[in-house]
Amino acid sequence: MPSSSATDAPERAIPKPRRLLADPRHYQILILAALLAYGVFALDFEVRPLRVAILLATALLAQWACTRFWRLPAFDPRSALISGLSLCLLLRAGSELLAVAAAVVTIGSKFALRFRGKHVFNPTNFGIVAMMLATGKVWVSPGQWGNAAFFAFLMACLGGLVVNRAARADVTYAFLGFYLALLFARALWLGQAAAIPLHQLENGAFLLFTFFMISDPKTTPDSRAGRILFAGLVALGAGLVTFVLYRPNGLLLSLALFSLAVPLIDRLLPGRRYAWQAVAHRPIVREIAAVPVPGRA
Amino acid sequence: MKRVTLIAALAVLAALLPVRAAHAFCGFYVAKADTKLFNQASQVVLVRDGDRTVMTMANDFQGDLKEFAMVIPVPTFLERGQIHVADKGLIDHLDAYSSPRLAEFFDADPCPRYMEDARAEGGVVGGAPGAAAQPMEIPKPHGVTVEATYTVGEYDILILSAKESDGLEAWLTENGYRIPAGASRVLGSYIKQGMRFFVAKVNLKEQAKLGFASLRPLQVAYTSPKFMLPIRLGMVNANGTQELFVYALTRGGRVETTNYRTVKLPSDKDVPLFVRAEFGDFYKAMFGRQVRREDMRAVFLEYAWDMSSCDPCAAEPLSGEELRKLGVFWLDGGDAGSGGAFVSRLHLRYDAAHFPEDLVFQQTADTESFQGRYVLHHPWKGRAECVQGRAYRRGLPKRREAEAVSLAALTGWDVNAIRAKMKLPKTAHASADATAGDEPWWKAIWKD
Repeated sequence: MPSSSATDAPERAIPKPRRLLADPRHYQILILAALLAYGVFALDFEVRPLRVAILLATALLAQWACTRFWRLPAFDPRSALISGLSLCLLLRAGSELLAVAAAVVTIGSKFALRFRGKHVFNPTNFGIVAMMLATGKVWVSPGQWGNAAFFAFLMACLGGLVVNRAARADVTYAFLGFYLALLFARALWLGQAAAIPLHQLENGAFLLFTFFMISDPKTTPDSRAGRILFAGLVALGAGLVTFVLYRPNGLLLSLALFSLAVPLIDRLLPGRRYAWQAVAHRPIVREIAAVPVPGRA
Repeated sequence: MKRVTLIAALAVLAALLPVRAAHAFCGFYVAKADTKLFNQASQVVLVRDGDRTVMTMANDFQGDLKEFAMVIPVPTFLERGQIHVADKGLIDHLDAYSSPRLAEFFDADPCPRYMEDARAEGGVVGGAPGAAAQPMEIPKPHGVTVEATYTVGEYDILILSAKESDGLEAWLTENGYRIPAGASRVLGSYIKQGMRFFVAKVNLKEQAKLGFASLRPLQVAYTSPKFMLPIRLGMVNANGTQELFVYALTRGGRVETTNYRTVKLPSDKDVPLFVRAEFGDFYKAMFGRQVRREDMRAVFLEYAWDMSSCDPCAAEPLSGEELRKLGVFWLDGGDAGSGGAFVSRLHLRYDAAHFPEDLVFQQTADTESFQGRYVLHHPWKGRAECVQGRAYRRGLPKRREAEAVSLAALTGWDVNAIRAKMKLPKTAHASADATAGDEPWWKAIWKD
């Protein structure tokens, strides 16, 4: 668990190189960029350099504009870069205009959709789901990862947990546990060979979701119990969408839906709010959410 | 005893028939050569919009019609009106329209200026028709309910539901179907998912009356959120790999698999002129090479195009009438042409080890056109006595060498054999050999 809260500024005392590693976002940017390079060059992802440039530039520009509009003291490109890279990896759109819109919606949601000082949705998750539901013209290609590089990918993700000393790895572990249990229980009930649930798991999009999206510390519940409950709900929802409703994108839809329940979970199971290592986010809490968070001193 | 072909949606029964199985379903032909290209191939047309699906299944059963039967898991009960028999020509036309094509270009006289005059021509493909069986017997109870029996065209059809796989297996066996060992587990998983079983055999009397030489494709229309193709039954007892072509027709855009990689076939490659005469072999070798490259874990996109056009055309687009017959239900009345239907042609080679799960599809909003297209460049044959002409002729060997290397890379054929066919010097670019062919590089060192 991170010890920093929104009201202290501990990084002043830490030497620079360690500070660089201490922020989990740096590792995340590195991994996402490497995955994107792998996807584009080895897996022929349908993402052209122009699309990558547009998504990243729009995300950064939107972040800058929102920073100005909401009068935040400093422009911090890191989380916008993460959102932009995640969109490059997941979002497929028929036109550049839709890609731009998705990036704006993604970043905008972080500033506009807030409840008691937390943004409600993981930005990338919201951007993709909102654009999918609203336009029907964007999509996600979960099959495109194949399973050739699955284990290397898995190692990189697990490595991230270790390097970051598990910022909020409990959500990831809990979700993995619930979702694996669900897939294997279903296979057992149907009498399917283990190859089937294993094949369902060997998927890059699933790893991306599990290690980088659901674990977003800014949108998960504050308490550990709350996060485990949240992970269970998301896993259940994803299973329902995939295996009962037979719709694609179960993970993304379920996460978006249950993100709406996070304020309620925080109320029932209060805990300490997470803050990135950087100072830039501190004022958001004061300015945008003047309402005291229940359960906190 | 009748043999059963469990078509898991197309599940090539052939697999189930230990004796005659291997050649029971073949059926992928390139028009010019008219040779069998892919063995054990099945073709399915999936028309999909919202939750409505119309599935047309063709296979190339060549054996005794008495021996033919197929079992397909379907998501819902089917009324008589939801089942139909189609004309095989429809699938053949769709196949021809969407198959990989060869485009020819003739170089212009380089002297006035470099110009290209394009003329295109396509390799065309044919498909695989159905098979046959015998009148059905009255079922006995095994937790198996015969929900309906129909005679449609030359087929006798049963819709079964079952409570347990053992019961279904016993029922099928008692009724003369030969069920391979291991089918029970797969049947069981479909039963638990609430799926029904569509069982078709050939009604010999009707078949004789109708007089069709081969079995016609069966069509079923149903409403279900499931956009998938059950392939597991057909793999239960399969020897080796099977070949499947899926033509998805949607209102919106390209269709892809969500649980396997969908990969585009290499396209727009320059190949040597002799490929014209052996385009079928080329296609087959190239596909095999791509399958190996992806470790047989990918589905290949061979064509994605709005039905209203093509360029170059391997065959004319299907008419509105043909599309309606294939089940494109949203095209209403009149001969409004064939716009409004987007076709994705998916091709896969599969076996149980590499494709453990049924295929699950999704429709994307991608309307970008794609085709497997290979290009021949005929050099200028006339006199070219000018500076540009001499430069043009000097450049030709390099171009032909590049074509040879490209062909070797696409197909895995030996690059030296290709050079010999093209009458190119054998060791022109020795460095290209190592990567181009399937032959290991060291084989060329010691010839003894």
